[in-house]
Amino acid sequence: MRIALFVTCLADTLFPEAAKATVRLLERLGHEVVFPPGQTCCGQMHVNTGYQAQAVPLVRRHARVFDPYDVIVAPSASCVGSVRHQHAMVARRAGDVRLASRAESVAGRTYELSELLVDVLGVTDVGAYFPHRVTYHPTCHALRMLRVGDRPVRLLRAVRGLDLVELPAAEQCCGFGGTFAVKNADTSTAMLADKMRHVLSTGADVCTAGDSSCLMHIGGGLSRLRSGVRTVHLAQILASTERDRAVHERAELVVRS
Amino acid sequence: MTRTFLGMPATAPKGVGQLRGAEPFPAAARRALADAQLRRNLGHATATIRAKSGAVIGEVPDWEQLRAAGSAIKADVLARLPELLEQLEAQVTAAGGVVHWAADANEANAIVVDLVRATGSDRVIKVKSMATQEIGLNEAFESAGIVPVETDLAELIVQLGDDRPSHILVPAIHRNRAEIREIFLRAMPGVDPALTDEPAVLAAAARRFLRQAFLSTPVAVSGANFAVAETGTLAVVESEGNGRMCLTLPETLITVMGVEKVVPAWRDLDVFLQLLPRASTGERMNPYTSMWTGVTPGDGPQEFHLVLLDNGRSAVLADEVGRQALHCIRCSACLNVCPVYERTGGHAYGSVYPGPIGAVLSPQLTGVADNASLPYASSLCGACYDACPVKINIPELLVHLRDQAPHPPGESAVMAAAAYAMDHPALFAAAQRATRLRRLTGRRGQALPPPLSGWTAGRDLPDPPTQTFRQWWASR
Repeated sequence: MRIALFVTCLADTLFPEAAKATVRLLERLGHEVVFPPGQTCCGQMHVNTGYQAQAVPLVRRHARVFDPYDVIVAPSASCVGSVRHQHAMVARRAGDVRLASRAESVAGRTYELSELLVDVLGVTDVGAYFPHRVTYHPTCHALRMLRVGDRPVRLLRAVRGLDLVELPAAEQCCGFGGTFAVKNADTSTAMLADKMRHVLSTGADVCTAGDSSCLMHIGGGLSRLRSGVRTVHLAQILASTERDRAVHERAELVVRS
Repeated sequence: MTRTFLGMPATAPKGVGQLRGAEPFPAAARRALADAQLRRNLGHATATIRAKSGAVIGEVPDWEQLRAAGSAIKADVLARLPELLEQLEAQVTAAGGVVHWAADANEANAIVVDLVRATGSDRVIKVKSMATQEIGLNEAFESAGIVPVETDLAELIVQLGDDRPSHILVPAIHRNRAEIREIFLRAMPGVDPALTDEPAVLAAAARRFLRQAFLSTPVAVSGANFAVAETGTLAVVESEGNGRMCLTLPETLITVMGVEKVVPAWRDLDVFLQLLPRASTGERMNPYTSMWTGVTPGDGPQEFHLVLLDNGRSAVLADEVGRQALHCIRCSACLNVCPVYERTGGHAYGSVYPGPIGAVLSPQLTGVADNASLPYASSLCGACYDACPVKINIPELLVHLRDQAPHPPGESAVMAAAAYAMDHPALFAAAQRATRLRRLTGRRGQALPPPLSGWTAGRDLPDPPTQTFRQWWASR
């Protein structure tokens, strides 16, 4: 299958390993991945911070860039949520009905990684190997906006060598929330403190999720505490195999000191 | 309403009532977060209510259909509010009640104070009511020399503690039983000095105090959970029975009700009386449901006044997206599941309506500029939307209100620059590469400048990668 990668601005800029892993994984499963170069950002930051008018050109760009593709994937539930639940609304409020219908059409073909794997490609065992104790944090937009349910957990359970431990109070927000973490940094930190306490209580050495943004937040806190627990995007775990882990892992998964 | 009214509906007036905080949410939250006892009390209480409510909601196989029905009834009410209110007025009047229309808090307070004065009483007993808290009725009573006695146990704790409610349903949620004991010892007239902090002992002390008030006060003031337009019936649901005392014992009953509380028909209560207790207290059915229709000779209050309160509600109604906030049945489920509320408590919101619903309702009642920080007091995690028994899409409303909020000039400039770069891929790629420059500032150069410094105060930034994804892709 020919799959267009919606890389997301955050993964592109700060977490390219999550995006590269998405490419490696899908190619390993026998699919062709293309990267439409005109893409930048879905505009979620603007919409959620109160700048909907400025998001209109970004919505237009996104819809134009991805319209030619039948299947689009992003390694982020939040950005897929933005495409599915905000793009048409932003277009409609700007009075652009044609853009709204184009955005809706693109949204209907856009999948978060675990949705693509389980629902579209019909796989739960992707042949991965990741010999670590792992806990999974369901991000708010995966859980409540996209309703990905247990798809990520089913994928993780099929990973060889992986010891999956349940995260207490998993459904509570980690406190990121985009600009919320800046505008309400104290409250965000209080939420993060509880999330980290739960992550540490599992004894896991890796905390995973389907969103680089939430992982940046949780990982930033765990790093500040020198906790020795690292955050790894779901795509990176699913892309890991026995053959390449020795080569890749040390380089990309060093615990920051 | 006594004035001819032209143009856009007015928002709630300043200087009266409790819809505006003294400081923005982040500042108030910062102080609340430092209160370890508050954090513990709230964490314990919200987790308990969440578990209880989740269990009884799980028993109802058609919960989703009930939510949809509740939402549909409220949408219908808002679509024909004037007609339903006039029908309610006609029915209440026909049943021997008197209906008053109050455009705002000042009008409502003046009406109620005058009604109490006319009875000759210098004291009123009060049923727990959000509407009267919203308009600052107790303060209006006190300026008029009338003593209001809150009879809901938690409201009594708040009143005796010279405190403010911090939760819609459990106004003293921020207090534990040791603190309540101290408040009673300090402020409750005639309290036994040997009072312990056993819940049953504390409740018994309140009971003794309140019985006196119930039996000696000729006027009561209440709010209303519902008003049925077709019959003119008012309804109050509660757990303690103290509301029932106030609604039945006095000679005069005055009910202050937000105009959105009207429902078209008696059968609509079937839906809401299933939704409300399970979503709010986690009870299958609330212990006391009191309903009254006007005046019944020889039984209960012989004088009944209904004050219909606008106080910004028409302004909320005028916003097609925002109006769904008026669906709210004040169950407080959104507070109990909110990770922000659970940590900051209700006072940080500055309004009697705290938590997620407060963050969308208060700014609309006052105008967004007067509560500009509230729509941002959420990580948009969506737990409130899932919990709401009448399906108010609170995250959508928050985003909608953020778009109307005044923005800091610096932020506007940054957002405009970002939007411009993001619509020009070459510029975007250059900006991406610029983030790598931070590598040159060294490992300890991890603090960002204000306003981003709040983030790096508690978290490490990731090291920028040597290559962006698109650079890697191009080099494959």
